[in-house]
Amino acid sequence: MNSDANVQGALLCPAPFSDPIEIRLAHGGGGRMSQALLERVILPRLKGEAAALHDAAVLPATAGRIALATDAFVVQPLFFPGGDIGSLAVFGTVNDLLMAGAQPLALTLSLILEEGLAIALLERVLDSVQGAALRCGVQVVAGDTKVVGRGQADGLYLAMTGLGTVAPDRHLHPHQVRIGDRILLSGDLGRHGLAVLNARENLGFETAFISDSAPLIEPVEALLEAVGGEGVHVLRDVTRGGLAAVLHEIARAAGLAFHITEAAVPVEPPVRAACELLGIDPLQLACEGRFIAIVPPEQESAALRALRTCALGAGAVTIGQVTQGEGVWLESPLGFNRPLEWGSGELLPRIC
Amino acid sequence: MASHPYRDRDAMHQCVEAIARRVSRPWTLMEVCGGQTHAILRHGLDRLLAPAGIALIHGPGCPVCVTPTARIDQAIALARMPGVILCSFGDMLRVPGSGADLSTARARGARVQAVYSPLDAVRLAQRQPQDEVVFFAVGFETTAPATALAVLQAQALGLTNFSLLVAHVRVPPAVAALLATPNHRIQALLAAGHVCAVMGLAEYAPLVRRFSLPVVATGFEPVDILQGVLCAVDQLESGQARLENAYARAVTDGGKGDAQRLLETVFEPATRPWRGLGEIPNGALSLRPAWQAFDAEARFPFDQIPESSHPDCQAAAVLTGRLTPTECPAFGRRCRPEHPLGAPMVSAEGACAAYFHYRAPMEEG
Repeated sequence: MNSDANVQGALLCPAPFSDPIEIRLAHGGGGRMSQALLERVILPRLKGEAAALHDAAVLPATAGRIALATDAFVVQPLFFPGGDIGSLAVFGTVNDLLMAGAQPLALTLSLILEEGLAIALLERVLDSVQGAALRCGVQVVAGDTKVVGRGQADGLYLAMTGLGTVAPDRHLHPHQVRIGDRILLSGDLGRHGLAVLNARENLGFETAFISDSAPLIEPVEALLEAVGGEGVHVLRDVTRGGLAAVLHEIARAAGLAFHITEAAVPVEPPVRAACELLGIDPLQLACEGRFIAIVPPEQESAALRALRTCALGAGAVTIGQVTQGEGVWLESPLGFNRPLEWGSGELLPRIC
Repeated sequence: MASHPYRDRDAMHQCVEAIARRVSRPWTLMEVCGGQTHAILRHGLDRLLAPAGIALIHGPGCPVCVTPTARIDQAIALARMPGVILCSFGDMLRVPGSGADLSTARARGARVQAVYSPLDAVRLAQRQPQDEVVFFAVGFETTAPATALAVLQAQALGLTNFSLLVAHVRVPPAVAALLATPNHRIQALLAAGHVCAVMGLAEYAPLVRRFSLPVVATGFEPVDILQGVLCAVDQLESGQARLENAYARAVTDGGKGDAQRLLETVFEPATRPWRGLGEIPNGALSLRPAWQAFDAEARFPFDQIPESSHPDCQAAAVLTGRLTPTECPAFGRRCRPEHPLGAPMVSAEGACAAYFHYRAPMEEG
């Protein structure tokens, strides 16, 4: 709105229900502005079946088991090289379903908007949500919008829930992990965490770090097709806390020890160099398009072959194996074992 | 992992074999650099060298660890003042003062911002003229030139809302203080390569003469460290005490003139306490009188804060190499990175943190 328009607006009777260019508190108040935002901005972009504006989406019932995953997204900046908060929410939620062996069925989206947020920016985020959902073959079927006062949020937060169905032969769970199982990693580490950090803190690295944010449908399906539901014991996407956190969580839940070969863990040289400069362990950096698969030893080569047929699993490698005991151990190139540090989590707040 | 010439496994083994061949009796060497301490523990160099009779003890090589609790208390007090933003390197945030740490203070409403460079703090002061921005200037001669540059930049920009809480310290005076302690175990010194890269070697010459001690400027990669050890062992075995440069790819005799001039322009040697070592003559840096306008201590009213650390924390003994972290009764039990009793357990370069992260508690704890 240019200054002339403002002057005019001041002289004329104020028209609060004209289309503002930024979010107002009233957009979350349930009145006409809420309805206008929903009808003009949100629903046209999320072409789910929820266009029926009831309190709940109604979906056909399915036989068997369902998987349910929920996640909140507070990443800053909202747009970063390789992704944005909208696609991150969809891929993150879909990936969580996939890790349970589920086929994604539907998503819900809650928006928490800060007063003053440019509506054009909200539109970009919603377009990104829709584009990502299309790519995953899933729809946003229900949602909610709240507005909080200026300064009470950082532009925009998202909360997304995903629903999926689980095929009868799939029982992926840390309790399935057995001594001797192999630990496979689908690709190199650290890109997402570094891309976000670099964008947020203006670290000025010459290398353009691009987030690995992506849906893992293809490699997961390829893997499960190749070795069957019984041929995979656990899948886990490597997100917040990095590989270190993920391995610690599963090892603890499984009540077993994981032995990782340090030299086998793929980290690209520019990522490694930047991490060394910043004093960050790449094993603690978040990814958004990588996962580990724990498989019985007899399935190791078939699993690796299947993963490597997909672009998102091309760099798949075995990084270690499961043994008796507890904890996660890293074997150095000199053959010494040391405990893998489980970061406090304070290193990179709000990466995803 | 891509092969790295200074992390090459065969090169490491060759160095260790050369050291083992040269050794006729046990020797104790001290390194004074947290980066080296972590590389030694991480790669297991201490275990490789132990069979040859070489013991590595760790000196006060972590600038965060030697920052006195009173200084951290001052930083917290500043961060709580209305209108003040305290900027700090991230690894300072969880180091305990006499009570809380900066991270806790932040959670309770103090304004604390983690920065990656002192210049970030200058930019913040420029962007937010209504706030007083104080940079918590911690570090050895390696980081002090960047702080000096920030002061010059703040002056060039005409900023009146930028200042420093200076906790910079100098390595050679601290080493001299350790060597002057009776009954110390140090037979040779691995001088921190990065500090030498900036300051050159001249500052160590008087130490070599005064204490008849081999001093070897040493790098940070495992092969660099082993080469430093080899040079030191070679001197010890042949009864020499020389100043030697085993890190020639980064260190020159004169060091980096530009950085030294920056330091010289803005700072002067001062006597302040180190955590664990007490007052060390000229062991610290202070702003020169011409730059007092940028000194937070002069700008803000402080109550006198007494130095007080946790009674069970053995940081003083650890920082002076008298105690290996795992020998401390609190190590890994009451003192862990998530609830540290002292700085060496939580700082990224702390010796206790290195042992905690790279050694299994059941092995040595």
